[in-house]
Amino acid sequence: MAEPDVLVATGIVKRFNAFVAVADVDFRLGRDEAVGIVGPNGAGKTTLLNVLAGTYAPSAGTVHFNGTDVTGLDAASRNRLGIARTHQVPRPFANMTVFENVFVAASMGGELAGARAYDAAIESLRLCGMLELGNRRAETLGLLDRKGLELARALATDPKVLLLDEIGAGLTDAEAGELVAIIRGLRERGIAIVWIEHVLHVLLQIVERLVCMDAGAIIAEGAPDDVLANPAVIDAYLGSGVT
Amino acid sequence: MTQAQPIVVQRWNVLSIAAVTSLVALLVALAFGPTYLGPNLTDRITTLFIYVILAAMWNALAGYAGLVSVGQQAFFGLGAYAAIRLSNAGINVYLALALAPLIVGAASFPLSALALRLRGGEFAIGMWVFAELAHLSVNLDGLVQGETGTSLIALSAFAPDVRRACNYWIALALMTALVGLVFVLLRSRTGAAIQAIRDNEEAAASVGVRVFATKRLIFVLAAAGCAAAGSLTLSTLISFQPKTYFSVQWTAYMIFMTLVGGLGTFEGPIIGAVIFFVIETIFGASGVWYLVGLGASALLFSLFLPRGIWGTLTDRFGIHLMPVGYRLRFGSGEPR
Repeated sequence: MAEPDVLVATGIVKRFNAFVAVADVDFRLGRDEAVGIVGPNGAGKTTLLNVLAGTYAPSAGTVHFNGTDVTGLDAASRNRLGIARTHQVPRPFANMTVFENVFVAASMGGELAGARAYDAAIESLRLCGMLELGNRRAETLGLLDRKGLELARALATDPKVLLLDEIGAGLTDAEAGELVAIIRGLRERGIAIVWIEHVLHVLLQIVERLVCMDAGAIIAEGAPDDVLANPAVIDAYLGSGVT
Repeated sequence: MTQAQPIVVQRWNVLSIAAVTSLVALLVALAFGPTYLGPNLTDRITTLFIYVILAAMWNALAGYAGLVSVGQQAFFGLGAYAAIRLSNAGINVYLALALAPLIVGAASFPLSALALRLRGGEFAIGMWVFAELAHLSVNLDGLVQGETGTSLIALSAFAPDVRRACNYWIALALMTALVGLVFVLLRSRTGAAIQAIRDNEEAAASVGVRVFATKRLIFVLAAAGCAAAGSLTLSTLISFQPKTYFSVQWTAYMIFMTLVGGLGTFEGPIIGAVIFFVIETIFGASGVWYLVGLGASALLFSLFLPRGIWGTLTDRFGIHLMPVGYRLRFGSGEPR
């Protein structure tokens, strides 16, 4: 590979007491790459994402970002370096306006002040089609707009790597189409993407590589068509015995 | 970046400029208070200033940073106690009163490392436990002699009139400084980060907010502010009995003023303090029934007006007198 990978996780283990949510996973993300993570519920996808984002410290293993070991850094520090994420269940700052939500991200994660923070926040809102909602209190938003806000907020931190957690779930086809267009735009800006998604037809419009997890381990990875045709993947999704 | 339409981030508007200008005018008028208020009213207004400080501090802590504490009387009492101790050590009495909040603020810094590990209700009760511990520890001091207490004897060297005017001015100055500090802090980038933590701590961390350091800033500010109120109260009462200062009633007052005025609004607690002050002035002599009335009205407010007086007004009419937020103004498209 000519360029080193932007995000490299090695030997990641995450235990919650006796339960092993992620068991010895190696994961790499190239610059400008988009990788999809699929797998049944409880496979450890979101836990892996939380370890990459710094929300959880791994029980074992290391995470490198741009060649630097970031395993010991918390989520805020990793975000300032350039790793942003959205949450599966949107977590808006409910009592603040949409603009204020995104402004916090631009001024803290993006480390911008004054007019530059305003511009970054406005630009992110515009990109996600949220601009006209700028003065709404976030708690008044519906699900679609809450997801848009998650994305706009993550973008305002000026990420190099964007971790998306089921941002397409529950969207209509038209809404999903808009989302795909937005995320294509992000890829053109050179943002690498890790995307957990159950809605495969949406995911496959973006990613060039697919990782399938089951019971805390990666059971297949590679080109999307190969992964989806892999018997182990079919087993994990449908249960054994169905072929 | 090509702009389809001009968008302006607006912080001040005509109303808020007018409000802040009138506020400054009011503060200037208040600065001459002792010359026209008369001794009784000067004392009472000094008390009002102290209430405003307490309400603003509790609101900064709970309303903005989401840290609901039932133990702020700890800092109130420690502020008074520190002033007693400093004065006893031979430091000028007014300097002692001024230094006390700074010392308590500094002492709250290491405490924050423990207290901020606690979440929600644990933090609230943990702070109460800390207040009780602080109370008992102060009782052990030979200078205080348990609940017998002591007094700030050095103050009696000043004539009552001089003392009264000094108390008033110091209270006014501290109130202006502390409320002004909260205002500047909330208007800054940090202010937005503080509110983000209150609304969702994990999401705040995920957009780069340094959660612990930001919470600690508010924790220390509120500790120093409550200590300033304690030290000011000592300067008006002179006597120091630990159970008076370390009483949970002080936090109950803070909660009352903040809830009635509007938790998480800048203006609300100031209005709440004025309301509390008026109620106390009128009914304060009725003893137990006064406290029953306070409790009942707090209950009614939380049931029927949970956003408080000012919170309800801002929700309904969208008015903000003190501009701590951000509004987007969209250009109408006409060239300007």
